[in-house]
Amino acid sequence: MQAAEMDICAKMKAEVPLLSASGVTRRYGARIGCADVGFDLWPGEVLGIVGESGSGKSTLLSCLAGQQRPDAGRILYDGADVLAMPEAARRRLARSDWAYVHQNPRDGLRMGISAGGNVGERLMGVGARRYGTIRDSAIDWLGRVEIAAERIDDRPSGFSGGMQQRLQIARNLVTGPRLVFMDEPTGGLDVSVQARLLDLLRGLVRDLGLSAVIVTHDLAVVRLLADRLMVMKSGRVVETGLTDQVLDDPQHAYTQLLVSSVLQV
Amino acid sequence: MIHIENLSKSFVLHNQGGAVIPVMAGAHLTVAAGECVGLVGRSGAGKSTLMRMIHGNYLAASGSIRVAGVELAGAAPREILALRRATLGHVSQFLRVVPRVPTLEVVAEPLLRLGVPTDRARDRAAALLARLNVPRRLWTLSPTTFSGGEQQRVNIARGFVHDYPVMLLDEPTASLDAANREVVLALIGEAKARGAAILGIFHDEAARARVCDRLVDAAAFVPEQAA
Repeated sequence: MQAAEMDICAKMKAEVPLLSASGVTRRYGARIGCADVGFDLWPGEVLGIVGESGSGKSTLLSCLAGQQRPDAGRILYDGADVLAMPEAARRRLARSDWAYVHQNPRDGLRMGISAGGNVGERLMGVGARRYGTIRDSAIDWLGRVEIAAERIDDRPSGFSGGMQQRLQIARNLVTGPRLVFMDEPTGGLDVSVQARLLDLLRGLVRDLGLSAVIVTHDLAVVRLLADRLMVMKSGRVVETGLTDQVLDDPQHAYTQLLVSSVLQV
Repeated sequence: MIHIENLSKSFVLHNQGGAVIPVMAGAHLTVAAGECVGLVGRSGAGKSTLMRMIHGNYLAASGSIRVAGVELAGAAPREILALRRATLGHVSQFLRVVPRVPTLEVVAEPLLRLGVPTDRARDRAAALLARLNVPRRLWTLSPTTFSGGEQQRVNIARGFVHDYPVMLLDEPTASLDAANREVVLALIGEAKARGAAILGIFHDEAARARVCDRLVDAAAFVPEQAA
């Protein structure tokens, strides 16, 4: 074996999962939101969660991100038990180490303040105080998501949907999170804008070594973005695996139906 | 570098009455470092199926696939991802890329994922694109709008941009003109010379004769009930 390969193997053995979930269950009365979901997410990995509307993928995402409390299960982030943490510690994680990109940018942005303010606010949330530094970071991040610096003082309400989504990503990533949760990040966008966003997300994941959990119903999006896939139906995981393996050689009846139902272009 | 033992594969079509389609049984194959093995056999014999199983796209039903010492049957996704990143290269017939990404980036990407500095990755990508006669004016454009032959050359450049110890080549010369075919055959020769283990499907018999050290007939792996 070559030295480089041994190096990779040694590195893989030394690593621990960044996020580790087991038995995550959330009920709404008698109805199941998600049941008994478990997986390990490794540093630098992108996990896609697919399934149709009502399959429980968004419920799972909000449980993982600490937005709602599961009825049962365990979630470890970097070895720490997230559900056992005091609320303040969890909020601190959500402000610094984690990011959450909503499908609708209006849910993740403050529409009444400027683009620069949106980015700067999150930095101030983790203790940045110097105006000059904050503004410079904001300009840097607007550039990275391809928003012209001269729009820094404009409010996002005047931006297009694609621009709003890119601003939401800048706001989320400015604090250098290690884990990003995304709920249908390309939903509701024109296909040309989608491609641009996919390119942006892929570059950021690669260059910053981010781990991500992406919920989507769009199989083309996960094919290009996700390393691994989890297929959900009626709140349960029916199949997991390498993205191209699940899409090219689906094992479960539901996944086969899902894959064969995609329109070819 | 590639060791396949007693490999079998069947597809179960749950939405078509649970039909079970056996496509491969008792497959054996080895490819040593520095060797190029050609996979032959009539259409439908399972050549592409075998390639996809080695790449990890298809799950094995039983048997063993070892690539550079890693057992792929039952491997965790991250083991296969690590193998694909550094060890196992693949030139498929189809180019699957994020639309809008420039050709140069598409070709450099495998190196960037390995942590090679951007400048060096781009230089290497540019050298390969030039060698494969992809016009420089196309490098800043997305390959999604290119012709079949141009897309294939982009795919080949991407597959050869890193010196993978193991390579899978699916029809690498299929839609190329004579000059570009020569370039690809030279690239394969150089990869063999540096010790790469190569498994390829070549319908082009002359190309096969030039680069393959041995041929393996996939028809031998077709299960009896499906033959």
